[in-house]
Amino acid sequence: MDSVVCEISVEIKNTDGLHMRPAMMFVDIASQYDCDITVSNNETSVDGKSIMQISVLAATYGTKLKIRAEGIDSEKAVESLRELVEDKMFDEPGPEEK
Amino acid sequence: MKLADFVCFKALIPQLESITRDGVIAELVNALDAGGKLGKGNSEKIIKAVIKRENEASTGMGKSVAVPHVKSNVVSDVVAAIGMSEAGVDFSALDKQPVYSVMLLISPVDDPDKHLQAMENLFQHLQTEKFRKFLRQAKTVEAIEDLIHEADDSSTL
Repeated sequence: MDSVVCEISVEIKNTDGLHMRPAMMFVDIASQYDCDITVSNNETSVDGKSIMQISVLAATYGTKLKIRAEGIDSEKAVESLRELVEDKMFDEPGPEEK
Repeated sequence: MKLADFVCFKALIPQLESITRDGVIAELVNALDAGGKLGKGNSEKIIKAVIKRENEASTGMGKSVAVPHVKSNVVSDVVAAIGMSEAGVDFSALDKQPVYSVMLLISPVDDPDKHLQAMENLFQHLQTEKFRKFLRQAKTVEAIEDLIHEADDSSTL
């Protein structure tokens, strides 16, 4: 079995943090991939495809999260998740835009 | 943060009367209002805001729970109401199943971190099957209160 592991670190850049709407966007994208996706802060590791578990991270503005994907499409998965969190910022404003 | 820090004990409804989503939301907001948490004459406005938010995306997260919520400047701290429905309510939940336990949250506008912490706390417990089961079985206000205290003191509930 081919097992490709990709791991990156992302930072939450929208002011309101990873509340329910962003968490749902995250899970939606994560669920489009076959690979297993784990998201962790310093304390907890959760399933990147579960809305309840992602909400438990309570990632506030400035929080750094580790995204780990394991599976054949893991590289694509982490890249689109990074784009969502850091480039699109969940279509939400950052602190300087408010 | 603990559940008891933001759950309003005067807004616990073991048997919700309403069988519709919007009715349940109104019942819970009115309970917070009666508990003195929303200032004067704000409940209608809050009900509308919660329904509007719910229409944008359902907060029915599956596993028979929903967590309708909204930010509002009528509160300076996170407040929550809890209600249970025996019949089950259609919240257009992610898993398309009826909702039996509803936790309604009102958070201050200018403190996003606090909202996240309250949600984190709520979901820690809601992920536990035992907590969801006990909540659904709680038939009196006292039973819900006891469950909240027990959950706050336990790492597995």
